[in-house]
Amino acid sequence: MNTFVRKGDFWSGLAMAALGAYVVSQALRWDYMGEDGPGAGFFPLWYGGLMIVLSLLLVLGAVLKSDPSAASRRINWPELRRVGACWGAFVACIALLQPLGFILSFGLMTWFLVSVLFRKPQKVAIPTAVISPLGFYAVFAWALGISLPTGALF
Amino acid sequence: MDTIGGLLQGFDVALTWSNLTMCFVGVFLGTVIGVLPGLGPPATIAMLLPLTLKLEPTGAMIMLAGIYYGAKYGGSTTSILLNVPGESASVVTCLDGYQMARKGRAGPALGMAAIASFVAGTFGVIALMLVAPPLARLSLAFSAPEYFALMVLGLTMVVLLSGESLTKGLLSMLLGLWIASMGTDLFTATSRFTFGQTALLGGIDFVIVAIGIFAIGEVLANMEPHSAPEMLPVPKGLRNLLPTWEDMKACRFAFLNGSLVGFIVGILPGAGSTIASFLSYGIEKAVSKHPEQFGHGAIEGVAAPEGANNAETGGALVPLLTLGIPGSGTTAVLLAALILWGFKPGPLFIQESPTLFWGLVASMYIGNVMLLVLNLPLVAVFAQLLKMPAFAMYPMILGVSLVGVYSDSSSIFELGLLAIFGLLGYGMRKLDFPNAPLVLGLVLGDAMEKALRQSLMMSQGHVSILFRPIPAVLLAVAAVLLIVPLFKKFNAMRVQVLDQEAP
Repeated sequence: MNTFVRKGDFWSGLAMAALGAYVVSQALRWDYMGEDGPGAGFFPLWYGGLMIVLSLLLVLGAVLKSDPSAASRRINWPELRRVGACWGAFVACIALLQPLGFILSFGLMTWFLVSVLFRKPQKVAIPTAVISPLGFYAVFAWALGISLPTGALF
Repeated sequence: MDTIGGLLQGFDVALTWSNLTMCFVGVFLGTVIGVLPGLGPPATIAMLLPLTLKLEPTGAMIMLAGIYYGAKYGGSTTSILLNVPGESASVVTCLDGYQMARKGRAGPALGMAAIASFVAGTFGVIALMLVAPPLARLSLAFSAPEYFALMVLGLTMVVLLSGESLTKGLLSMLLGLWIASMGTDLFTATSRFTFGQTALLGGIDFVIVAIGIFAIGEVLANMEPHSAPEMLPVPKGLRNLLPTWEDMKACRFAFLNGSLVGFIVGILPGAGSTIASFLSYGIEKAVSKHPEQFGHGAIEGVAAPEGANNAETGGALVPLLTLGIPGSGTTAVLLAALILWGFKPGPLFIQESPTLFWGLVASMYIGNVMLLVLNLPLVAVFAQLLKMPAFAMYPMILGVSLVGVYSDSSSIFELGLLAIFGLLGYGMRKLDFPNAPLVLGLVLGDAMEKALRQSLMMSQGHVSILFRPIPAVLLAVAAVLLIVPLFKKFNAMRVQVLDQEAP
């Protein structure tokens, strides 16, 4: 496999070029210039066009520039899995807010992070998962009067 | 209103119990997050911003500003004791501060950092107070074309100094402009980039993007395991923290250098406190009678950069408050806060909101005194925060982010957006896309488009309106700044500055 395919610049450049193309395609559907002056499509058309040009420059740079270290650089899968697990726990916490409410869903997320990602024993993970949401409830709901998400259960 | 009258009014506002409390909370939180590596002022201010929307705006602004300058005091503690900057502006303090600590002089290093921060921070506030009102009067002559050109120049400078790749900086800024254009176009009521979602008709709230990019992105980036560095001990007792008379004498020029360089660099968009501290360190070393001691524990090497990064705060507030142009991620969040509270930072800000402007200035004098008191005798207490385990801190950051966004919108959809922007923030960090241009593009995007369209309406579509003297000069400077890095020699100089900035 060519080394440029392994470069982040190559893929991020392609993604940004696709976004630029989307912006331009949308902007073309709106007025560029009306009787009163520039329309809704005026500004997006310009920055969308610039986005495509710059993204392609980034892709071109990744393809043309020789970077011997790129071949040796590998994606750190264990790190990425950890990040993915943390993000997944955060998304799950958001998804569970409506059925479970803040205290339970945040407590579950905290337990997962402490126990699974940080590999702490249950005698540390469980108290942290219980105390953290209660602390949040005390500070935000009781002391500051901010309403926390409530669910069907709690 | 004259300066003295304004300042007296400001003290009248800042010295109320509620505002004194807000100031204390702000500088205390600032010191805490400054001490903790991995959580910066933009993330903290963004997370707390939605929680402050129900508070009285002057007090809330005093608190958020306290976090901003308080973090710079706290950052030096971590640099000196751990050789790890608690905050990006304290990178250069590691060079001599840590060496002093290794030689058993942690106390004077910590004490000098606090004293230099106080001296230069106070200088920055005085200069802000003297420079902002006349600059605001001068900018009253600005209309839409001048504002558009000024915003282009501001964004260009931020892009120029935000990362090694100019292309990535520009793309990041364009991404910010795209997010800013989501929602209903105010001129024509056209829905743009809403993906058929009614929730997006009002656009994406700045707070969601800022918290996602700065706070959630930071947590995800810190998920990779790393070993904790060893902390050097903090001397006990105030006497052991105070620098000697010889130390103070040796740092006379460093105080002045840090104050002037910090304030001037602060006014320039994009330059920021890290560049200010490096620049003042370089000047200090160049004029020193013993440059060979720099990097081996020279106390001037602590005083100059610590002074500069604190004086920079005053400088950075000048364009923010008088022109409505932020120069960094943190000031962009502060601008968003002012706009959310219904203020209009710009030439008329001081006239229209004297209570807020002068109250803020006066609170910064008070805040600097509070920080000196907090950071001298209590430095050992703050140093204990470095022992706080990551497993307790990161869920807390995620929780505060959730509560912050939910308290503002009560919308699960917006919490979903928060998760998406968190992932974007992480991806940008991993792919070396700077996040400051995105945030600035987002916060200035609306105003920039409005100014451009108003300019073209004024001229019935002719771009010649942008070639009036002031906008022409500003746009020419922006063009030169973008073209110059295309020449290898100049780009190498730019990258050298940025390499120094990188921790």
